[in-house]
Amino acid sequence: MPAIVQVSDVVKRYESGFEALKGVDLEIEEGEILALLGPNGAGKTTLISTICGISHPTSGTITVSGHDVVKNYRKARALIGLVPQEIALEPFETVWNSVSFTRGLFGKAKDDAHLESILRQLSLWDKKDAQTKELSGGMKRRVLIAKALSHGPRILFLDEPTAGVDVELRKDMWEIVGKLKQDGVTIILTTHYIEEAEAIADRVGVINQGQILLVEDKATLMAQMGRKQLRIALQEPISAVPESLGSYTLEIAPEGDALVYHYDTTNERTGITTLLNDLQTAGLTMTDLKTQESSLEDIFVDLVKEKP
Amino acid sequence: MNLQAIKAIYVHEMVRFFRTLMQSFLSPVLSTSLYFVVFGAAIGSRIDQIEGVSYGAFIVPGLIMLSVMTQSVSNASFGIYFPKFIGTVYELLSAPVSFLEIVIGYVGAAATKSFFIGVIILVTAHFFVDLDIQHPGAMLAFLVLTCLSFSLFGFIIGIWAGNFEQLQIIPLLIITPLVFLGGSFYSITMLPGIWQTITLFNPVVYLISGFRWSFFGTADVPIIASLLAISAFTAICLAIIWWIFRTGYKIRS
Ligand SMILES: Nc1ncnc2c1ncn2[C@@H]1O[C@H](COP(=O)(O)OP(=O)(O)OP(=O)(O)O)[C@@H](O)[C@H]1O
Ligand SMILES: [Mg+2]
Repeated sequence: MPAIVQVSDVVKRYESGFEALKGVDLEIEEGEILALLGPNGAGKTTLISTICGISHPTSGTITVSGHDVVKNYRKARALIGLVPQEIALEPFETVWNSVSFTRGLFGKAKDDAHLESILRQLSLWDKKDAQTKELSGGMKRRVLIAKALSHGPRILFLDEPTAGVDVELRKDMWEIVGKLKQDGVTIILTTHYIEEAEAIADRVGVINQGQILLVEDKATLMAQMGRKQLRIALQEPISAVPESLGSYTLEIAPEGDALVYHYDTTNERTGITTLLNDLQTAGLTMTDLKTQESSLEDIFVDLVKEKP
Repeated sequence: MNLQAIKAIYVHEMVRFFRTLMQSFLSPVLSTSLYFVVFGAAIGSRIDQIEGVSYGAFIVPGLIMLSVMTQSVSNASFGIYFPKFIGTVYELLSAPVSFLEIVIGYVGAAATKSFFIGVIILVTAHFFVDLDIQHPGAMLAFLVLTCLSFSLFGFIIGIWAGNFEQLQIIPLLIITPLVFLGGSFYSITMLPGIWQTITLFNPVVYLISGFRWSFFGTADVPIIASLLAISAFTAICLAIIWWIFRTGYKIRS
């Protein structure tokens, strides 16, 4: 299946001369949820802005459903909805007018029923006549989402949608994202919360200093992450694993004073209970137990640290 | 052409104007009335008539032009500057709209608003003086062209401005003096010789003179000169807009 968004060798140099994107290649599949992770200043917003038309790439090309975002911007942009990172709303405008305005900008005729259903989904219906300045921060973010959805986009960009949002709204948001995915909408979101990427993304991309470091299926990443280590500190150092414990994947720590057991949390049985029993039977005295997991966070931190 | 987008921008701007209805429309009515009290009554009692027209009536076209020009510039410049200032401009940039459609939407709305302000002042003036408009067609044409060209000019300022100070500096330093010195409240034939010549370099003179001609049939400069002046000003503004568009405009970083 051809990618719905194709970013090829995109460089973005700001007027200041700063290169925020250094030759980015990215393919986004139709219907997927892609989470972009990266530290502050990595270039996430710049990448999204360049795809959506807020800034033009210095070099390289971007196509959306085959349409070049610069040359054929009308067709490309018509497919996209954008929820920006910064809340920006006209303070005296009503919610309803604000959402209608966006729909109009995207060339769509008035459709009150459609807007009503969006506002209801986002629990904004009773606020439709309120001026946006009267809304709380979380509600304002919902309005931004409603605006982005007002014209029925095929691709939705969410730039840190859950920054400063409470648990309730976050849940609501993931529910909406889930529904949109069911409708076949492609969703790209940026986040600093790794759990968030874990929870909803199909694929995870890591970006740092203007470069994409990795784009991987979440399942593949999870397989790496699911692995855990149990470190068993021993009273007496040993030089070899007792034979009775041969059926376990055990390693001896370099100093010989501990055993390291690898197991998979996604398995139904981790084998920890029987291992501990067998250790006792083998006559080993344990002084401490410590588990360690390789999380997406570790992978992420490793990736980002590698390139200083 | 994304007509829905033009309509959306236009309606959005008009709603904004109506939200500040009092400020938008009451203030011109009030200031016009004050001008009549101050200029019409105080000065008018001393200057009996100018070119066969009572002083009160004589200042009406100038008053309308004064408001229409300043309102066009301030509304259009604010209209496009405000989204840049509060960040909502991201919507215009990421929507499938062309620069031309953005211009039509914002300039159209600003021009509509100043047109109504012009009409309101005209109606208000009726309560103070007798007006017999000689060339209503020409009057309308001048009014519409002035609204449009000065709104275009305001739009350019709004695109160019990087802060509120820059937004206000041109109207304050250029438009207002040119309008006040452009014969709004007097005929330039009343000026001493050398000043008459200097005044002819003020483009606003031609606009006000032409507009006054459409009311009373008398003018400071030939009507053809007035027509050329307003056309030239519109053409220059359109050329600048075209140039901004070609060279990449300042709303996109
Ligand atoms: N208009 C601009 N002019 C110059 N440099 C800019 C501009 N906008 C962003 N940058 C720089 O580009 C880099 C990437 O910024 P960007 O906003 O894309 O980061 P980000 O990944 O979205 O970060 P965050 O997680 O903080 O939102 C940063 O170093 C930033 O300082
Ligand atoms: Mg960002």
